[in-house]
Amino acid sequence: MRIDALDQENVRSPFQRALRIVLRDKTGLIGVFLFGTVLFCAVFAAYIVPHSPIEQNLRISRQPPGWHEAGDWEYPLGTDNLGRDMLSRIIYGSRVSLTVGFFGVLIAMSIGMLLGLVAGYLGGTIDNVIMGVANLFLAIPYLLLVVVVAAVLGRSLINVILIFGFTNAPLFVRITRGEVLRIRKSGYVESAVSLGAKPGRIIFGHILPNLIGPLLTVATFEMSGMIFYEAGLGFLGLSVPPGIPSWGNMLAAGRQYIQFSPWIAAFPGLAIVFTSLGMNLLGDWLRDVLDPRMRRSAS
Amino acid sequence: MQRYLFTRVIQSGLLMLGVLVITFFMVRLTGDPARTMVPRDASPERVEQMRVAMGFDDPLIIQFARYVGGAVRGDFGQSLHYRAPSMRLVLERVPATIQLTLAALGFALLFSVPLGIIGGSRPGTIWDTLARGFGLLGQTVPNFWLALMLIVVFSVELRWFPTFGRSGFASVVLPAVALGFFPLGQFTRLIRSAVLEVRSEDYIRTAYSKGIEEWQVLSRHIFRNVSITLVSILGVQFGYMLGGSIYIESIFAWPGIGRMINEAVQARDFPLVQAIAVFSAGFVVVLNLLTDIAYALIDPRIRYED
Amino acid sequence: MTGDTVLQVRNLAVEFDSIDGTVHAVNNVSFDLKRGQTLGVVGESGSGKSVSMMSLLRLIAEPPGKITSGSAVFLPRNGEPVDLLQLPKRWLARIRGDRIGFVFQDPMSSLNPLMTVGEQIAESVRKHTELQGSVCRDRAVELLEHVGIPGAAERYNNYPHQFSGGMRQRVMIAIAIACNPDIIIADEPTTALDVTVQAEIVDRMQKLTKELSISVIWISHDLGVVAGIADVLMVMYGGSVVERGEISRVYSHPRHPYTIGLLGALPKLGAAQKRLVNIGGSPPSLFSPPRQCAFAARCPWVFDRCKAERPPLFFATGSHSEDPSAHGHVTACFYDLEKDRRRDPDETGIDVTAFEVGQQG
Ligand SMILES: Nc1ncnc2c1ncn2[C@@H]1O[C@H](COP(=O)(O)OP(=O)(O)OP(=O)(O)O)[C@@H](O)[C@H]1O
Ligand SMILES: [Mg+2]
Repeated sequence: MRIDALDQENVRSPFQRALRIVLRDKTGLIGVFLFGTVLFCAVFAAYIVPHSPIEQNLRISRQPPGWHEAGDWEYPLGTDNLGRDMLSRIIYGSRVSLTVGFFGVLIAMSIGMLLGLVAGYLGGTIDNVIMGVANLFLAIPYLLLVVVVAAVLGRSLINVILIFGFTNAPLFVRITRGEVLRIRKSGYVESAVSLGAKPGRIIFGHILPNLIGPLLTVATFEMSGMIFYEAGLGFLGLSVPPGIPSWGNMLAAGRQYIQFSPWIAAFPGLAIVFTSLGMNLLGDWLRDVLDPRMRRSAS
Repeated sequence: MQRYLFTRVIQSGLLMLGVLVITFFMVRLTGDPARTMVPRDASPERVEQMRVAMGFDDPLIIQFARYVGGAVRGDFGQSLHYRAPSMRLVLERVPATIQLTLAALGFALLFSVPLGIIGGSRPGTIWDTLARGFGLLGQTVPNFWLALMLIVVFSVELRWFPTFGRSGFASVVLPAVALGFFPLGQFTRLIRSAVLEVRSEDYIRTAYSKGIEEWQVLSRHIFRNVSITLVSILGVQFGYMLGGSIYIESIFAWPGIGRMINEAVQARDFPLVQAIAVFSAGFVVVLNLLTDIAYALIDPRIRYED
Repeated sequence: MTGDTVLQVRNLAVEFDSIDGTVHAVNNVSFDLKRGQTLGVVGESGSGKSVSMMSLLRLIAEPPGKITSGSAVFLPRNGEPVDLLQLPKRWLARIRGDRIGFVFQDPMSSLNPLMTVGEQIAESVRKHTELQGSVCRDRAVELLEHVGIPGAAERYNNYPHQFSGGMRQRVMIAIAIACNPDIIIADEPTTALDVTVQAEIVDRMQKLTKELSISVIWISHDLGVVAGIADVLMVMYGGSVVERGEISRVYSHPRHPYTIGLLGALPKLGAAQKRLVNIGGSPPSLFSPPRQCAFAARCPWVFDRCKAERPPLFFATGSHSEDPSAHGHVTACFYDLEKDRRRDPDETGIDVTAFEVGQQG
């Protein structure tokens, strides 16, 4: 008995394990911090901006950042070509990015899970058709598809969200279907069915709980990707209308002044790097914590 | 092997048919393609004119048959903007894009292969941190922004490279770096984790037990196995770079198909857009087919099947 | 011929750092291996058989593994004695595969799938001999013939997946004997094979090693197999050696409760046993540092001392020799099973370090 007691002292508890994973990978904490900052900016933009993000003032156009000798700390990151405060616009820009990312992933995940469940559960022809279409979308260069569709549909926030929502569904289809097949193969669905369980119970009781980990992880990476691509569309003048302060629109404007006023393009880009760095670190960390099956390849 | 090849070719054919369907409907998403293909402020007469000229008033099935019929002959109609056969215009631009893409690929491999291998074989060291760092940066730095920053530093400030154009070696450096940065990160991540994984295989332990020294185990045993994974994603990365070239070629005024897409989209020249899309997709499909064949050739387990 | 020592392991300890805590995989393992002799190592899964033998050639993953103490003095046929655990990696590489060969458990995964089997044998030959090019290839073909691969010359260019499990294991044996080593460490070489193939592999190993007078460390789960081939038996439990001695003696007079349980599970010998022990309970946790007898929780003879200190090795009564390196029969138990009583607290265990061979530093 004494041996068992001794063992207890030397084996780490689940809580200690989780803590160890967090501490071993301090990058996860950095991810939480970076993403938290962006989220805070997006939610409280109206209260924290020093200036109006849209009010133009041509007398102070293209003013360098505060630390520059020609700069003014009134506009810490300088002003753009129309004299608007860069900092305020970047803070507001996070709203567009996070909105697109959040709703884009929500739509992609909903479609993907639905089709993935159907494909995995019914199998046969329906499965082949769904997976065929999903693979088809992966064959066309993604950016090309997005650019063309955005150009056809025209500039609006809703369009951008819909485009990302639909074009990113295939990945979620794959993950969901894979999980359904794995669980079906493991046999306990068969035994649950033979015991009279209804499909709904199997889906919500067995399949969805197993999906949460992988889906959440992928959702983080996908959201980061959408923020990235939204800015890219904006850069080409194909995302939200030009009046809305978004990082992509700001970059597009800054591109013209790159030679003499590089900060106009530099800061929105840094904001993108900051955000996607945070989300990628967060995603890596989530994968470590939520999905033990993937842990080996991660560390 | 032959059967495998056969099924892969059939699959690729089906995929191309799917691509035609998507590109056909892509320009009809709003329900009124004629409206889509004229400037926003065009008069109703102009729209009607376009509708007749493009045959948009025919039944959809006829339009589709016409589209597919043209596509198999490589005919995507006249470019609205350039008033020349679309496919010919695309083919004229291809060499520039291939050159840029290969340069970007070369840049990515040049750095990612050593970085990934050293990082993967020395987990926990500074090299590993560096490999992981580049893997992460590749995913988080947008190439269009990187391109602008490269111009600021290396063209405007240091004047080492030209800001735009395609003239000689110096002009390809900045676009290649900007375009190759994302694959650089992807390759580094992939190679690093592949090395980590292969390193713990039983046969690597066998190699060490034979007295083979570390660098030989790396070059003879690990790298051979890792190169398989590398080949398998080349096709996908090429597809990505074709997309990325839309930004990079526009920024550097590189006369390839990426820049042409941007121009065509801005000019609402959708026949040209369709030609580019089908060509690019076809390129990626063929490339994936080739990498799969290469994969099968490297891996004896597949090579000797049936 | 049996008499001089080729390998002398003292107080070997290995730990693994894992997310659940430190695993004390091997604790204080000592043994000697004589030239031409076969040492059988048995013990249940997780008892540290593989880790202890692989760490002799530093083939465990470091990190998370770490050899925390001990020495392993190797005395080659011609050459100076060396401590394998102190050797720089480059020198170790000259011993691995040349003086000490390895045969691993799973022939399916132990060969590189992307390299021809011939090339994998030739690689070792090329590394350790002067042979080059086609001569090296001829030697590899010869080795393939030697381990009984029909049509060796054509088979040279085959890939592992074109071989059956038994044939792959023969390739592994060919790699192990390629340079005529002093020692072969065979880690459960037959476990993954069909029963019929098992016997074939055992025979071949025995024939080859006797022919070349190679010492063998044969790790196994299967006491039946070991009984047929080993000269000396070493029983491991929870990362420690619990009993060791000449095989006939250990089989007829087991002196550790775990060994008795183990032999009890062997039908043939079970009848001869006076007191059958059914090994109940689960394997010991290796997370705690070794402060008590690892077998205490499952032992029918357990008493308070077993839980308070770790038993050292004692000579079994009736051991023909009082020299552990000469394979006197030893057991790590506070209960003297021969006399059926607890050992006196002042009966001292064996200080293995006192039995030194050679003049190594
Ligand atoms: N890389 C590792 N990380 C953590 N623990 C390890 C590692 N390798 C081995 N161990 C631990 O060391 C202990 C001994 O393992 P070992 O492989 O030597 O057992 P074994 O006696 O060979 O068993 P088997 O008969 O199953 O081969 C086990 O408890 C195992 O969990
Ligand atoms: Mg083992």
